[in-house]
Order: sequence, then structure tokens, then C-alpha cells
Amino acid sequence: MRELFTTDAGPALINIALLAILFIVAIAIARLRSLFAIVMLSGVYSVVSAAWYIAVDAVDVGYTEAAVGAGMSTAVLLGAMLLTARTAKPDKPFKRLGPLLICGAVAVMLIYASVDLPGLGDPNSPANTGAGMTYVHVNWYDTGVPNVVTSVLASYRGFDTMGETVVVFVAGLAVAMLLGFGERSLAETLRNTKKRSGKGKEGDA
Amino acid sequence: MKGDHHVILRVIGKCFIPLIVIYGFYVQFHGEVGPGGAFQAGVVLAVAIILNSLTFGLAPTMRAVPPVFARTLAAVGVLIYVGVGFWSMIQGGLFLEYQALFGEPPGGHDGQHAGIIIVELGVLFAVTGAMITIFYALAGRVGEIRDEDW
Repeated sequence: MRELFTTDAGPALINIALLAILFIVAIAIARLRSLFAIVMLSGVYSVVSAAWYIAVDAVDVGYTEAAVGAGMSTAVLLGAMLLTARTAKPDKPFKRLGPLLICGAVAVMLIYASVDLPGLGDPNSPANTGAGMTYVHVNWYDTGVPNVVTSVLASYRGFDTMGETVVVFVAGLAVAMLLGFGERSLAETLRNTKKRSGKGKEGDA
Repeated sequence: MKGDHHVILRVIGKCFIPLIVIYGFYVQFHGEVGPGGAFQAGVVLAVAIILNSLTFGLAPTMRAVPPVFARTLAAVGVLIYVGVGFWSMIQGGLFLEYQALFGEPPGGHDGQHAGIIIVELGVLFAVTGAMITIFYALAGRVGEIRDEDW
């Protein structure tokens, strides 16, 4: 496996293949009208981009994408889909022109900017010569934690991570307060289960 | 639901849910030396419970992991994280200065290790609780009254 990635053509081919799959899936999501298919395809999109992140050595990001994007958001979107209609309304063709122009302009700007990006794993890139290297050098003496990512997240940026934790908590609280915590519907579900002898609406997803 | 056409799904789910939970705890307690950490571990644990509710139904899952427990878990997680900060302040350090947790001399790393593990436990609780709460809020919501309910 390692040899495949250290040859010259291997990484480029894998990147191109994965990004092509991403592009096709994105086009399919944009064109589909069935919400169930869109939810499933967004899960596929997350899995493919997780594979791509791992191919470019961002294992942490890839893992997060697989857990949150493919696992969690698919389940949450399925739950949200049950509350609404099954298909999206078709919109008028000329209404898509404005967003299409904006997306095209942003794509052109991003492609123009990507010319100046340093190469993948370039040791002379700013990310590898500036503050990042300082943490790598200082980390072991400071904290004795082998994983620099963890020590940066929890030790050097403990406040930041605390803020993230509070944001996650507040997000859960806000959704629960907007939609109800779930007990009332639990009682409803139990009543339905009893009344119709197990033909509740749960688990159909 | 009572038919046998989901039996393969259920058997596979029964096999996989404990493995997912074990993997989540592995990521949590191995997060210090490998990729991933408490955020990912929390989502993995939450996904195990969500998978349970998708295969075995929402009501049994809500009985096993009540919504009250989920949102309490989220709040307790935040409290654990903030509590470590105040603990280090009580020990004479700054807020979230793990070095001061046990008042050890410079060069000792026990405070760092313990602080990171406890803080990540707080993050795990907060993320797991919040994710389950969000899922319950969305999946457990009763829709409009249907015709057959009248």
C-alpha cells in the first residue's frame, strides 16, 4: 500500500479518481428531486471525501468526515426528512441562473488562487516552517503528549476547545428547544405501539 | 415491524453495535496518541445508539437511553470541562492550566496527561449527549395528525 502512494503516478491518479467521483455525486445531488436519494448521496459524498482526506494524509479530518458527515448527518437528515415532504419542488430554470453564475465566479477565483498554493507536503510551505514547527518542537518538552494534534487542541488551545464543546452543547439544546425534547413524542409513540399492537411509526427509516 | 423481513438487519446490528461502542471508547482513550479524539469518539458513540434506534425502533432505544439522560450528559460534559479549569485555578494556576492540577514541579507531565484525559471525557459526554438529543428531537417528533388518528 505504501509503495502505491510513494510512486509518482499513484497519488495523482487516486486524487483525480476520488475528486471525479465527488464531482459526479455533487452534480447528481444538485439534479435529483427525491429527498431520500439526496440524503443517501450526501452520505456517499461524505464517505468519498473522507477517503480523499485520508489519501492526502489528513487522517484526523477524514475520520471526522466519516463519523460526522457520513454517520451522524445522514441519520439526522433522515430524521428531518420524515418531518417534511419526500420530494423537492422543481424550481424554475431561469431562477438557477443567478446561483450558477455566482458558483462559476467563485470556482474561477478558487482555481486562480490554487495556482499559488504550496505543493502537498512541501517542507518549505508556510504551514511547515512557521508556528506549526514551533509546536512540533516544543510539544514534547512542554506536555509529554505524543500526539501533537491532541496537545494543541487540549493544552495550547484549551479555551478554543472549551468554546467548541459549549457550541455543541448549545446546538443540541437549541434543536431540542425548537423541536421538543422527545418525551412527549415518546409517550405518543408508546401509546401508538400499544394501540396498534406494534405497528408504530418508529423504525420505518 | 413485526415481520421477519428485517431480521438480517437486526442480527447484523446486534453484532455491530457493541463493536461500534468499543471502537468509540478506543478512540476516546487512545486519542492522546493517535488520530481522532473526543469529538469523533462522541459522534461514534452517538451513532451506535442511533443505529440501535434505526434497527430496533425508537421507543426501546428511548427506554434504554432516555432523553433526560442524553441532555443531562451533555450538560455534565460541559461542566466537567469547565470544572477542570476551575480546579486548576483552585490549585493556584491559571484557568485550564493543567500543569497546576497536582501542583507538580516544572517538567512533570502528570497534570497534563490527567487534565487532557478528563477534559476529553467532558468533550465526549457533551458531544454524545448533544448528538443524541438532536437525533431524538428530530426523529421523536410527532408529525401532523394523520387521518387514521382521528
